[in-house]
Amino acid sequence: MVILLCKRLAQAFLILLGVAAITFVLLYALPADPARMIAGRSATAQTVASIRHELGLDQPLLVQFWTYLTGLLQGDLGRSYAQKTEVWTLIAARLPATLTLMAAGIFVEVVLGITFGTIAAVRRGSFVDRLVMTASFVGVSAPQFVAALLLLYVFAVTLGWFPMSGYGSFAHIVLPALTLGILGAGWYARMVRSAMIEVLNQDYVRTARAKGLSSRRIIFRHALPNAILPIIAMIGIDIGQFMGGVVVVEAVYGWPGIGQLAWQAIQQVDIPIIMGVTLTSALAIVAGNLLADLIAPVIDPRIRTS
Amino acid sequence: MFKRWLLGTALATAALLTPLAANAEGKDIVVTYKDDITTLDPQIGYDWVNWSMIKSLFSRLMDYEPGTANLVPSLAESFDVAPDGLTYTFKLHKGVKFSNGREIVASDVKYSIERAVDPKTQGPGAGFFGAIDGFDDLAAGKDGGLKGIETPDDSTVVFKLTRPDATFLHVLAINFASVVPKEAVEAAGGDFGKKPVGSGTFLLKDWTIGQKLVFERNPDYFIKDMPKIDSFTVEVGQEPLVALLRLQKGEVDIAGDGIPPAKFLEIKNSPDGAQMIVDGEQLHTGYVTLNTKVKPFDDLKVRQAVNHAINKERIVRILNGRATPAKEILPPLMPGYDNDYAGYDYNVEKAKALLAEAGHPDGFETVLYATNTDPQPRIAQAIQQDLAAIGVKAEIRALAQGNVIAAGGTEGEAPMIWSGGMAWIADFPDPSNFYGPILGCGGAVQGGWNWSWYCNAELDERAVAADSMSDPAKGAERIAAWKSIFTDAMKDAPWIPVTNERRAVAKPLRMGGENNIYIDPTRVINYDAIFVK
Repeated sequence: MVILLCKRLAQAFLILLGVAAITFVLLYALPADPARMIAGRSATAQTVASIRHELGLDQPLLVQFWTYLTGLLQGDLGRSYAQKTEVWTLIAARLPATLTLMAAGIFVEVVLGITFGTIAAVRRGSFVDRLVMTASFVGVSAPQFVAALLLLYVFAVTLGWFPMSGYGSFAHIVLPALTLGILGAGWYARMVRSAMIEVLNQDYVRTARAKGLSSRRIIFRHALPNAILPIIAMIGIDIGQFMGGVVVVEAVYGWPGIGQLAWQAIQQVDIPIIMGVTLTSALAIVAGNLLADLIAPVIDPRIRTS
Repeated sequence: MFKRWLLGTALATAALLTPLAANAEGKDIVVTYKDDITTLDPQIGYDWVNWSMIKSLFSRLMDYEPGTANLVPSLAESFDVAPDGLTYTFKLHKGVKFSNGREIVASDVKYSIERAVDPKTQGPGAGFFGAIDGFDDLAAGKDGGLKGIETPDDSTVVFKLTRPDATFLHVLAINFASVVPKEAVEAAGGDFGKKPVGSGTFLLKDWTIGQKLVFERNPDYFIKDMPKIDSFTVEVGQEPLVALLRLQKGEVDIAGDGIPPAKFLEIKNSPDGAQMIVDGEQLHTGYVTLNTKVKPFDDLKVRQAVNHAINKERIVRILNGRATPAKEILPPLMPGYDNDYAGYDYNVEKAKALLAEAGHPDGFETVLYATNTDPQPRIAQAIQQDLAAIGVKAEIRALAQGNVIAAGGTEGEAPMIWSGGMAWIADFPDPSNFYGPILGCGGAVQGGWNWSWYCNAELDERAVAADSMSDPAKGAERIAAWKSIFTDAMKDAPWIPVTNERRAVAKPLRMGGENNIYIDPTRVINYDAIFVK
């Protein structure tokens, strides 16, 4: 177990290094000169050259990457080109909002997904099943901004139940979390349904039925825990995705998450911020998957022994 | 006992304060923007969102009368320009204090302008101060400051210029010339943009990164009765559409990003619509650059032909009518705009004839660059269709702003660029601001902003001559000189002037003040002058 963990951690480190290298090269290969963007329209060539020198952009790419990497290993993500503030300060300021939205979004999609997936599986072929599957199809295919604006218009503008935008209280998070959750729940429902159907056809379920267990006990005690495994892997992926920022939802609800920061940085060719956000979200994906890998054997003894 | 006394006092105080508080209610306004505020550092901030906030946080030697382009002394009590136009002497107002309590002295002015020029600051404003003696050394990164700024005593600043610069007073009114206290800049350790200390009408009270900024009136501001509101809160990350909905509900006072095209008619037709919409001209021209160093645009006839080919009325419709077709380089609000200049009319037959004369009866293939945010790609498509009508096949390259700028500044790279989204909004209301970097020979260099690569030595000489007329008495003569420079430039057709964009913002009925302080030619929103009814 410990060896496995060490192996996984080493893998995670290598992945992050790879992400850093690829992003760095891609960003600096872009035909846009950050020094010119900073120096403005009235700048002379002299000023642009001086600023390029100040930023270290006149160094060979490898040297620049090495400088960045040594900084990174000391926890220094550098300073933003446009804002001059330390990148870590900017990310840290937005991290609580991103984490909150991530947790709330995953909570909604897991609860809705498992509930409706299970119902659909148990009532396979019925009207309820078809309704759930149609709804989940709509959820999966609806563009985020349409869902977001629709919820906003109905529940905030017309009914006035929730604030239209902002961050801070429980009321603020309901609509963004629902937007994210409803769309994600579609995937979860479909997954739980097919896993559940498979499990319900297993011999041990038939045995359980034969020995006269109530169907509630069969579903919740015997079938569901076995059907839920793929969900755990998916949560791991979702953690990473939500960490990278859900730009559309953040934009519509004025949610101060990392996605907004990344979007603006891309417009301004603010490479240190883009690097910082990419690495944070890569770290989250790696950590999420690692976590899922670690939890899976706890739930499923079969993985433990193999 | 003590506790009870305390409680009693507190209650009494509260009772006393209540009427006051009620009075002040409603003098605090909420402003929204989609983008986060990047920085409030006056030597660094250079976008149209932070521009007006920085204006109100800091003071400068010169400023403008609210809503106009008229220069007035601000931190300077008086000033004197030497007859040769090479020496400017300013006397500072005595007793003006930074918000940290220290009095502003002449050396602060010197420090601040040197900070704008110093490449270590990594700011975009250095180029404006090019006329000050010692500029080249400091811009090259040498130590020693600007020897052209002298401070004989605490309340006198003397500028020595290497060439006469009639725009110099404007230069001292732009944000980059804002006065900052050295000790606060150094204490902030690179984060002065988040912890600004100035002497303007407002103070930054609180900044929650990514969420909101709270500005409070500066009780010690040196001009009485300014500003007129007690505070303004800027909420960022607010989608313009949502901001407008909130404005209609009374949660927001100014939707800073303006009215999204989709909502314009709805607001306009609503009962209070007419009073809520502020619609104003800006010092803006949107244009297509025609690269005079790329075939076939090196041929004047080709440039004239495409100038006749563009249906500007249709592009105005794409912008929901919030623009006017442009005929010339300067926007109509700019001094020097030529009312009598006819420009190149929309005339497909004439365009075809000119192309045939130039030896391209069947047109040619070319590339049109544009930025990739709406509505710019749609406008580029309209231009593409207009060009197709005269046989010119233009491939559109819609890229991020930084990539378009890079292509424009590379010799022989971009035949045509639609300037939308990056267009030249004037830094100060003077025609020379529309010439040097974007049409002069100095800008036609690698990494420059003269994307037409147009270089007319004779016009350059006339431009230098015009900017040497720094005697205010010669103002009219100077403007006339500029007028003819721009008209003559259009004879060479380095651009297709396309639109002069207007700006439309919505304000609720409770906000007072003339339209021109919500769309101020030098400030965007003038927080010093707006008020609550």
